[in-house]
Amino acid sequence: MTRIYKHRLFWPLVALAALLLACSIKRPDILGITVLDGHLFGAPIDILRNSAPLLLVALGMTLVIATRGIDLSVGATVAIAGAVALTFIASSDQPGSLGTALGAIFVAVGLCFLLGCFNGLLVAKFGIQPIIATLILMTAGRGMAMLITNGQITTVTSAPFSSLASGFLMGLPVAAIIAYGVYLVVSILVRRTALGMLLESVGINPEASRLAGVKSKTLVFTVYALCGLLAGLAGLIFASNTMAADANNAGLFIELDAILAVVIGGTSLAGGKFNLSGTLIGVLIITTLSLTVTVLGVSPLVTSLFKAIVVIAVTLMMSTRLRTMLAGLRERRRFQEVSA
Amino acid sequence: MIASTPQQRPTAATEAEHQPTSPIVQMSGITVEFPGVKALENVDFRLFPGEVHALMGENGAGKSTLIKALTGVNQIASGSITVNATPIRFSGPADARENGISTVYQEVNLCTNLTVAENIMLGSEPRRFGGLDWRSMRRQAAVFLKRMGLNIDPGSSLGSHSLAVQQLVAISRAMVVDAKVLILDEPTSSLDTDEVEQLFAVMRQLREDGVAILFVSHFLDQIYAISDRITILRNGALVEERLTGELPQRELVSLMIAGTSDATVGQVIERNVVSARKSDAKPLLQAVGLGRKGAVQPFDLELYPGEVIGMAGLLGSGRTELARLLYGADKADEGSIQLHGVQAKLRTPRQALGHKIAYTSEDRKGEGVIGDLSVAENIILGLQAARGWTRPLPATKAAQVVDAYIKALGVRPANPQALLKNLSGGNQQKVLLARWLATAPKLLLLDEPTRGIDIGAKTEIMNLVSELAEQGMSVVFISAELEEVLRLSDRIVVMRDHTKVAEIPSSQDVDVPRLIEIIATGEENT
Amino acid sequence: MSVATATVSGRVTPKLSLDRRYLPVIGTVVVFLLMLLVGGVRYENFLSPAVISNLFINNAHLIVLATGMTFVILTGGIDLSVGAVLALSSVITATLLQAGIPLIIVLPVALLAGSVIGLGMGVMIQYFEVQPFVATLAGMFLARGLCFIFAPQSVPIRDQGFVSLTNWGLTVGRWRLTAAVVIALLVVVGALWVLHRTRFGRTVYAVGGGEQSATLMGLRVARTKVLVYVISGTCASLAGILFAMFSRSGYALTGVGMELDAIAAVVIGGTLLVGGMGFVAGSLVGVMVLGLIQTIITFEGTLSSWWTKIVIGVLLLVFVILQRILSLRRT
Repeated sequence: MTRIYKHRLFWPLVALAALLLACSIKRPDILGITVLDGHLFGAPIDILRNSAPLLLVALGMTLVIATRGIDLSVGATVAIAGAVALTFIASSDQPGSLGTALGAIFVAVGLCFLLGCFNGLLVAKFGIQPIIATLILMTAGRGMAMLITNGQITTVTSAPFSSLASGFLMGLPVAAIIAYGVYLVVSILVRRTALGMLLESVGINPEASRLAGVKSKTLVFTVYALCGLLAGLAGLIFASNTMAADANNAGLFIELDAILAVVIGGTSLAGGKFNLSGTLIGVLIITTLSLTVTVLGVSPLVTSLFKAIVVIAVTLMMSTRLRTMLAGLRERRRFQEVSA
Repeated sequence: MIASTPQQRPTAATEAEHQPTSPIVQMSGITVEFPGVKALENVDFRLFPGEVHALMGENGAGKSTLIKALTGVNQIASGSITVNATPIRFSGPADARENGISTVYQEVNLCTNLTVAENIMLGSEPRRFGGLDWRSMRRQAAVFLKRMGLNIDPGSSLGSHSLAVQQLVAISRAMVVDAKVLILDEPTSSLDTDEVEQLFAVMRQLREDGVAILFVSHFLDQIYAISDRITILRNGALVEERLTGELPQRELVSLMIAGTSDATVGQVIERNVVSARKSDAKPLLQAVGLGRKGAVQPFDLELYPGEVIGMAGLLGSGRTELARLLYGADKADEGSIQLHGVQAKLRTPRQALGHKIAYTSEDRKGEGVIGDLSVAENIILGLQAARGWTRPLPATKAAQVVDAYIKALGVRPANPQALLKNLSGGNQQKVLLARWLATAPKLLLLDEPTRGIDIGAKTEIMNLVSELAEQGMSVVFISAELEEVLRLSDRIVVMRDHTKVAEIPSSQDVDVPRLIEIIATGEENT
Repeated sequence: MSVATATVSGRVTPKLSLDRRYLPVIGTVVVFLLMLLVGGVRYENFLSPAVISNLFINNAHLIVLATGMTFVILTGGIDLSVGAVLALSSVITATLLQAGIPLIIVLPVALLAGSVIGLGMGVMIQYFEVQPFVATLAGMFLARGLCFIFAPQSVPIRDQGFVSLTNWGLTVGRWRLTAAVVIALLVVVGALWVLHRTRFGRTVYAVGGGEQSATLMGLRVARTKVLVYVISGTCASLAGILFAMFSRSGYALTGVGMELDAIAAVVIGGTLLVGGMGFVAGSLVGVMVLGLIQTIITFEGTLSSWWTKIVIGVLLLVFVILQRILSLRRT
């Protein structure tokens, strides 16, 4: 029993279960899945679909955080990806063709990868603190997205591109398939290659890792580049969802949600050991939170209040100080019981 | 910058003057325990007004623990402390400071981003109109600086001055509260000769004023130049308290380091030293004029396959720095290295690793152990780093390597999935050795591999070194315990004051007293 | 051993060499002057009193935010909550005034909201060892959520007292000074005094320079680390009141991303994000630089407003790299 209680994912899972429970008390049928035209529908499917961009971003963020870093620029990168892809399609002769859509995807993701490389360069090569290095792109990025869309909210129609978000494949939303597919690939990549271990090694003890011959600069550079690439993918899903490149609002605060998901999932911002399954649960908690708030009939605007409560609760629960304080209390109570 | 001229005081005479006075600090029967270890056991220590009292001992002897016990950083399990004959326990450095006991640490614990004046006065700063009075703060600071013989602008930022000046500023800060006792914990380790002399002049002045100074240093010459009395600790126990004038250097060194490895005698395989090197052998590594400013004076060194080179010398003598240069952990600023007669670049650990050189740091926790990773991961880290992340070690191969080394080295618990931070020091060391042995190095640099681990593990590690050399590996073995060095080495390099002072073949007529003599005097033929 | 017996003849004369602590700030001032120069040469009426006055009037709230942020960053922390706290205090002010509660009660309540949130974050950071980034992120979400609970829509302010406070202003020739600007400048002066003339202020610097050293020097580190967040929170809610004066309303969605502007202003103003080095005066100039970028882009006419963000980003990049080179040379 105590083992389960002490598992690092215990509290996050409790939080997720509580949110789902709250939903189903209000609307008992909410967790059901129906089949319509061969596609699956229902709240769980919505959660999977809606969590897609955040999952992609949080995935990259987890790896960056493992190296004692942080990437604030992912939100701006999301906006840039959307702006580039939709502008590419809009300026093409055949906006509806598959080739155009693929070209847009390729150009957008490629650019975001380069932006990730820029962050990696600042952090790994110039040794600038990650939080400032990525603050630069966070600030300039949205301006760049505006520059690309010329300040307009570019709206386009391209069936192949819009299927990224709204399409279905084998009954499942394409967005979810992409995000969870990438999640699976990265999870396997990280644990099947030595990337995960070396990242953790660099995050836990950089000097010992250097003396052990680990190429920490290359590794750090790689995760920022990867983080940019994943944010680009997330941006494409966002853009395809609305089919409008909104440079101001696309991916707004997604970096904060992603960091939140990582922290809720039990990966410390201090770096080192990371936990991709924890991040997945964190992403699901944040996405479910929005659903719960809607179901409970609270204004969605207040969602952030609940986020605050979740963050405070989870981080305090994980704080060693509070744990020792609680343990001390329990001890004292036991002592009192014994002496009484 | 210093007004007074250095002078050697007749220490015995000084002693005679002080003998009648009672000690200002008296520590009796001090025992300090950390989880699983007794860091200090039943140690007595006394400090008289107007004396410089040197606290001597190798790593782990308990010097810092004793200081921390006095200033209230470490809890005392048993024993008593009296200051001016009043029993007292301080709650921490700030409390001790208020009661006239100030500490100046090796790493100057001041704020380099503040001004000199603030660093001296903050906490007892003059005020005007409810705010800091900068003008009189600078003026008062200048008074203290002048007493240190420093003529610097109190308004300048501390970081713009040399470490020596920062050290003196730290002492000035100690003086603001009218310190009766001044603890100087290795203040000289990063100072050059002139700066040390400047510091000593200040110390002599303070001694004149009746301040009791507790002085920790690893430099024997400095101890003899400044101290009146010496207390020697070894392995957490008091060895002796002696007047400096009555304790020859040779005897001091032997009191500090001899006898520690008694328990290993007879359990270690005697190395057949003679067979080690064939006369026509070619050197594996040749260092010519290799050096790094402030760390090691340029030195020449040749290492042969199948040979163990022992490195002897006190802490801070440059033995670690030398090994780090050979591994590329620090960059040499002069000299060159040849491997198998070919010029080689060794500027990063990774390059060294590529040349099959391995190094275990003396700072096991800071520079070796990746605590949150498992034993298995720690073992394969070196191998994996050499392969890069894209080519993971096949799981079966990794398991084989890990199992083989856990068995061969007797790592306990023999659980590859245990987190390394949960293992004992000796077992952590074995895991780190395994990390390097798995890379099949041709040259293994071992910096204090036996420090702080139990006797059994010590013996095992020494036997292992013997075997490795037998198999043709070249080993550099650094240890503070001369018995170990003598037992294992084919040749012994002696370091003193960042300089390689001797290189002698290990033979019948080289014994511990002889080594101590070289370490103490720096001369090979005495 | 006593100080009194020693006499010093004459003060030690400070050398005239440039202290490198001032280098980043001087860099910022140079950039600011250059921008003024370029603007003055390029555009008519650029160097007019009206433009300069507006620079202050439009950015009064940001000056206060950046001042509070400077305290936090000097200790090596960060405060992401200030934009949301600004919104919260403006919403509280507007809603309470609409409910007919007198100004004299409303303003302290609005101010206190920020202090309390700051205190909460400070305690989380200091006593529960939550990273500043996460704790203030929680503070941001909390404040933003509370805004919507108070008022999801924009609330206009019609209170007589508040409006007359808003309308108050000094006009000398074509120079104009509003109450908000006066308050903002007073905050800057107060911050200067606290940071440079009190033990607390020097402890703020000491903590940023090295927490362990500060502790060993016997300074009150824990109290200081909590207090800087209280100060930042209070400044943020004061900025909220100033913003309410500026917009004569309270709206839950104001100040989104404003924490970034504040951080950018502080960094451009020469304060190191690792802590221990920087000046409130620098942050003031930083805010002015940000404001001037906006002004120049408006004057340019053909340039779109999004260039503002790009220019700020480029400026950040240049400053950060310069600071990096400076700190490398120091070691």
